[in-house]
Amino acid sequence: MNFSISLTVNGVRREVGLDDPRVTLLDLLRERLHLTGTKKGCDRGQCGACTVLVDGRRINACLALALSQDGAEVLTIEGVARGDQLHPVQAAFIAHDGFQCGFCTPGQIMSAIGLIGEGQAGGDPERVREGMSGNLCRCGAYAGITEAVIEAQEKLAAPARRRSA
Amino acid sequence: MNLFDYVRPASVAEAIAAASEPGAAYLAAGTNLLDLMKGGMSRPMRLVDLSRLPGLDRIDHLPDGSVRIGALVRNADLAHDAAFARSYPAIAEALLSGASPQLRNAATVGGNLLQRTRCAYFYDVASACNKRQPGAGCDARGGENRLHAVLGWSEACIATHPSDFCVPLVALDAVVEIEGSSGRREMALEALHRLPGDTPHRESALAPGDLIVALRLPSEARAFAPHARYLKLRERTSYAFALVSAAAAFHIEDGAIGAARLALGGVAAKPWRARAAEAVLAGARPGDEVFRRAAEAALADARPSGDNAFKIELARRVVRRALALAAAGTPARVPALPASPFSSAPGAIHGV
Ligand SMILES: Cc1cc2nc3c(=O)[nH]c(=O)nc-3n(C[C@H](O)[C@H](O)[C@H](O)COP(=O)(O)OP(=O)(O)OC[C@H]3O[C@@H](n4cnc5c(N)ncnc54)[C@H](O)[C@@H]3O)c2cc1C
Ligand code: SF4
Ligand code: FES
Ligand code: FES
Repeated sequence: MNFSISLTVNGVRREVGLDDPRVTLLDLLRERLHLTGTKKGCDRGQCGACTVLVDGRRINACLALALSQDGAEVLTIEGVARGDQLHPVQAAFIAHDGFQCGFCTPGQIMSAIGLIGEGQAGGDPERVREGMSGNLCRCGAYAGITEAVIEAQEKLAAPARRRSA
Repeated sequence: MNLFDYVRPASVAEAIAAASEPGAAYLAAGTNLLDLMKGGMSRPMRLVDLSRLPGLDRIDHLPDGSVRIGALVRNADLAHDAAFARSYPAIAEALLSGASPQLRNAATVGGNLLQRTRCAYFYDVASACNKRQPGAGCDARGGENRLHAVLGWSEACIATHPSDFCVPLVALDAVVEIEGSSGRREMALEALHRLPGDTPHRESALAPGDLIVALRLPSEARAFAPHARYLKLRERTSYAFALVSAAAAFHIEDGAIGAARLALGGVAAKPWRARAAEAVLAGARPGDEVFRRAAEAALADARPSGDNAFKIELARRVVRRALALAAAGTPARVPALPASPFSSAPGAIHGV
């Protein structure tokens, strides 16, 4: 059976034909759209390496059936920078050494963008750590990740504060 | 993963018709079902995708004080609904103690109730498992079974139900609304999950094609909000299933406990309502002495199913601590580490 879905990926609308209903969103991104920034760690919801935003919410792409995402807006790590200008979360990860090997980093960054958007953690390190607990880092870069998320969320909140002042 | 037919019905009636065929399964977010299909533990021939069904993603606070939650409401959206969290804080805390933020953003209410056991032998298709294959035997008996059930288990199966959400729900008398080929009915959540007996593969009271459309909490459940907690012991602080958990709630009237509610998780194949313990608590002055007696009553029928006698004593302690936390009062906001016995503040017990 052949299926066709339409997705907006990093702002670009795409019609995707699928010859197999088993394709996950993760495999669609990596194998069919060649957006390999999103990583496959466990493929079973246990590590967070595959985190992307779907309609603005962070989810695990490995446990999402591509067919169910018909009509969705997907944001991956490839879509967060503006040209050469890094997203504030990307810049903060560099400034705070929020990684070592880098394998978990795309997922961490997408998860951090999602967390900041959810607005539940604020600058409380314990709430940030809990809010990032769906992303494992085998290099143990957690201390830098927490600092990076707190700094980025302050940066992202600042323009909003200026506007409301 | 096996190959399957994929259908995306536009109405509840179409969904029920499509799922009444043998071998069909409903797909909500898929965070449990796709995992099981990847491992070959579930092999549905047809997936009936619920994601486009209209009207099942609402949280309605009804005029009589009850709340009706559509089956497709996401776990995170329910936990962060301010009016819901104010009225049912132990449920919000339980939801936020489960899985990860990404999984909670996807996972639905209906899928959470019907998630399958995390028994490692159920998850290993090379092992014998009566739940996967009736009559095959149970490799968890005599295997690695320190995480298995201590209440309500049978010779055929010693698995537990892994949901956190279900534990305070069953304590607060939640009701599920079901639509099937013979119409609409409802049942207490307590009656939804079955104990294994001789038929551990029959996990719920649902018939093929039955669709959970909503979950309801009665208005009386709101009266517990000032003294309602969920406590979850796990082998790491976050992103782990419960070893043992407890939801505790009561009213305090003139310094004494009015009605009390208690349920345990991680101990049985269903969320375990502890009515004998509730009777011990009713009318008593809150304090460790009566909490201890309530814990004894809650675990009176417990027996190890393997290397898990420690879970019985652990469960007693979890009950006592959950009751003490409920007595201290519900915090204004869900703690930074939801349902954890740990606190980041030195010297503090958790929850502040
Ligand atoms: C790594 C990991 C860690 C986790 N940790 C926890 C944890 O700590 N605590 C916890 O409670 N849970 C935990 N979970 C489980 C998670 O809560 C469930 O996977 C999730 O709630 C399932 O919801 P879903 O919408 O994805 O359901 P699906 O996977 O789509 O469906 C699950 C089952 O329910 C059936 N179903 C779904 N909706 C309906 C309906 N409306 N009517 C009838 N049948 C229906 C499906 O047919 C399927 O059998 C974890 C999961 C993972 C992967
Ligand atoms: S305990 Fe139950 S689920 Fe686990 S192997 Fe035995 S029969 Fe299967
Ligand atoms: S690859 Fe999806 S959570 Fe690990
Ligand atoms: S940087 Fe190596 S896994 Fe996180």
